[in-house]
Amino acid sequence: MSTVDQAPGDPLLRVEGLQVHFPIKRGVLFDRTVGHVKAVDGVDLSVQRGTTYGLVGESGCGKSTLGRAILRLSEPTAGRVWFDGVDVASLKGEPLRQIRRRMQMVFQDPLGSLDPRQNVESLLAEPLRAHGLGGDKAAISTRLRELLDAVGLPTAALRRYPHEFSGGQRQRIGIARAITVEPDLLIADEPVSALDVSVQAQVLNLLEELQGRLGLTYLVIAHDLAVVRHISDVVGVMYLGSLVEQAPAEELYSSPLHPYTRSLMSAVPVPDPEVEDHRERILLAGDLPSPANPPSGCRFHTRCPWRQETRCDDEVPLLREITLTPTGAGALGATPAAVRPAVGGPHLVSCHWVEEIHDGRLQPKSPEEVAASQGVSIASGDTGHGTDPLIAGVDEPVGFH
Amino acid sequence: MTGTSGSPVLEVDDLAVQFTRRGEQPTRAVDGVSFSVAPGETIGLVGESGCGKSVTSLAIMGLLPQRGVQVTGSVRLDGTELLGAGPRTLRTLRGKDMAMVFQDPLSSLNPTVTVGTQVTEVLAEHRDMTGRAAQDEATELLDRVGIPDPRRRLGEYPHQLSGGMRQRALIAMALACSPRLLIADEPTTALDVTIQAQILELLRELVQGSGTALVMITHDLGVVAGLCDRVHVMYAGRVIETADRRPLFATPRHPYTGGLLGSVPRLDTGRGTPLTPIRGSARDTIPWSQGCAFAPRCDNAEDDCLTEVSGSTVPLEADGLRRELRCRHPLHATPAAAGAPAGATAASSAGASAGSPSTGSSSWSSSEGQQS
Repeated sequence: MSTVDQAPGDPLLRVEGLQVHFPIKRGVLFDRTVGHVKAVDGVDLSVQRGTTYGLVGESGCGKSTLGRAILRLSEPTAGRVWFDGVDVASLKGEPLRQIRRRMQMVFQDPLGSLDPRQNVESLLAEPLRAHGLGGDKAAISTRLRELLDAVGLPTAALRRYPHEFSGGQRQRIGIARAITVEPDLLIADEPVSALDVSVQAQVLNLLEELQGRLGLTYLVIAHDLAVVRHISDVVGVMYLGSLVEQAPAEELYSSPLHPYTRSLMSAVPVPDPEVEDHRERILLAGDLPSPANPPSGCRFHTRCPWRQETRCDDEVPLLREITLTPTGAGALGATPAAVRPAVGGPHLVSCHWVEEIHDGRLQPKSPEEVAASQGVSIASGDTGHGTDPLIAGVDEPVGFH
Repeated sequence: MTGTSGSPVLEVDDLAVQFTRRGEQPTRAVDGVSFSVAPGETIGLVGESGCGKSVTSLAIMGLLPQRGVQVTGSVRLDGTELLGAGPRTLRTLRGKDMAMVFQDPLSSLNPTVTVGTQVTEVLAEHRDMTGRAAQDEATELLDRVGIPDPRRRLGEYPHQLSGGMRQRALIAMALACSPRLLIADEPTTALDVTIQAQILELLRELVQGSGTALVMITHDLGVVAGLCDRVHVMYAGRVIETADRRPLFATPRHPYTGGLLGSVPRLDTGRGTPLTPIRGSARDTIPWSQGCAFAPRCDNAEDDCLTEVSGSTVPLEADGLRRELRCRHPLHATPAAAGAPAGATAASSAGASAGSPSTGSSSWSSSEGQQS
């Protein structure tokens, strides 16, 4: 490996200015590019060794594309991805294959990502053979038994096929397959969202246990804020292709600062009537705008209850470090923000008016007022279907995989 | 809770649905489910996939196929028996007195017909409204469910609307005749959380405004906690616990309910709070005729959970606190003992939530007091 010696404090994964733009083509005979869907538009993040970075956002915000671009399953349009000091974007052929061994992925739909005609033994041995690991037959067999044991499946599972397992068991196979080749980084894209709640907890516990045992680094992509909070050290919130807020998990959840994060958190139902009846709800106006034609300035300004006449519409806010005295502005402050978590890091927010909103100097508007003040731009921005069905199609959640 | 006056809109009594396939053992998807809903009341049917909650709703609406399906028991809408009613009778009731909102709005809307036509169709069928009047009413309906620029939307096709919009359009269609009963089957599962919050707020307002009885079918305990007055937890085709919202969440008595609550990561608990999953998966059940279907996954299970009792199974027992429970070894030893901790827990968690920091001062909207 051409790995540069790393100090232990260096992040395992560093992403700089990553962009993934998909061209929108149309035309009968010749494909003309008529625009770009800016799925990921300039994301910087870093993940420390042995920690979990949680990436949250709604469908279509680009979180899955970001995960795929890190593994170069989608080619980034611009930006760099440093994995253990190596620029992944510059690699080709064998070195890329080598480095991919160390970064593995767990997919959302375990049935769709496991070959239905391979039994579990063959599924698990395949990555070992592909990377020339595992040695002879006996060694591979021992290794497979260890793996099954690690993910809590019986040895009898080896001879069976994916369809014979329940959803939770399939996800265990998916995880076993990812850890077969002893990776350093595991990118888990919605690892539990296809599972029933009682089974979700089993898989989450398994992921935590494996991290402790194998010293894995995780990048967990999920739409469920509660799941992300449960397993993450640092959390980044994405909206329309860029990060709007990033902070250590405890801090983010106890004092969310960006208006989008605040409304997102207030929208998540909590299974406790006492909390549900007394919490603040910040309802947002309208839907996610089309990433093919994102709003100018701050991308959230079309739905933001705190939008101001100046700056928001035309000036792109930078992700900047905010240090505020904890006054308990949290939506759900279960733990005091003053307690520094084990994994620190700055609280980054991209909003022009964070301080004013935090102090209560700016008051939010109702969704009706927001919609009214946006007028035309809501009607054309949220769907845009009236003019261009092709571009409009991209704001469908299914368009992003 | 709200408006529980008068006789119930819907009474379901001992409803059972059995699917038969040639050469196979019949499957009991729903097995003796009973509940009732009063006007303005919201009840929740909660359970994981395969527990029979959707089949229950289809049986109520009379939407199950005729062949190979046996529906027994009784379903009464305002006193009228629905089971065994002819297709003609059901047609006049469906859409008018009872309506349903499905999980996936794209597949429940006709993709080749404009939204406007689909909404006015309901009006023409049940309210004899056509032409201009129907158009105006449809515009009004879309506006009521919060679709901006409703007149333009009427001319558009379902694929031109976003997911949240489509679900709103479906709700508009369901509400076109101000039904007495609305069944919502996972109405927000396919939607993002911010859109989910909008739709739930809409349903909440509609129920309060019109006195419609709402049956909310969901797997999301968080949605139930915020919306439903009374909750029925289902497992393997049967209701295993029934209680009012607060006592259910404060002191779940059935091990399955407790297990579900223990498995859900909560937004307001931090990292390191352990999850206590339920063993195995929903496949690991035994038929109710041989004991408790949940016994193979239950930590409280003892030998008598697996024995057949007097031809029946573990009965659903009332404990005098508007709670019913189908369990021999519940989580809290006796009903009397459970009553006290229920109050205590509720009070302490209320205190905790009241003491927790809130940005109520800087928020424009709060649903405080809406539920109670």
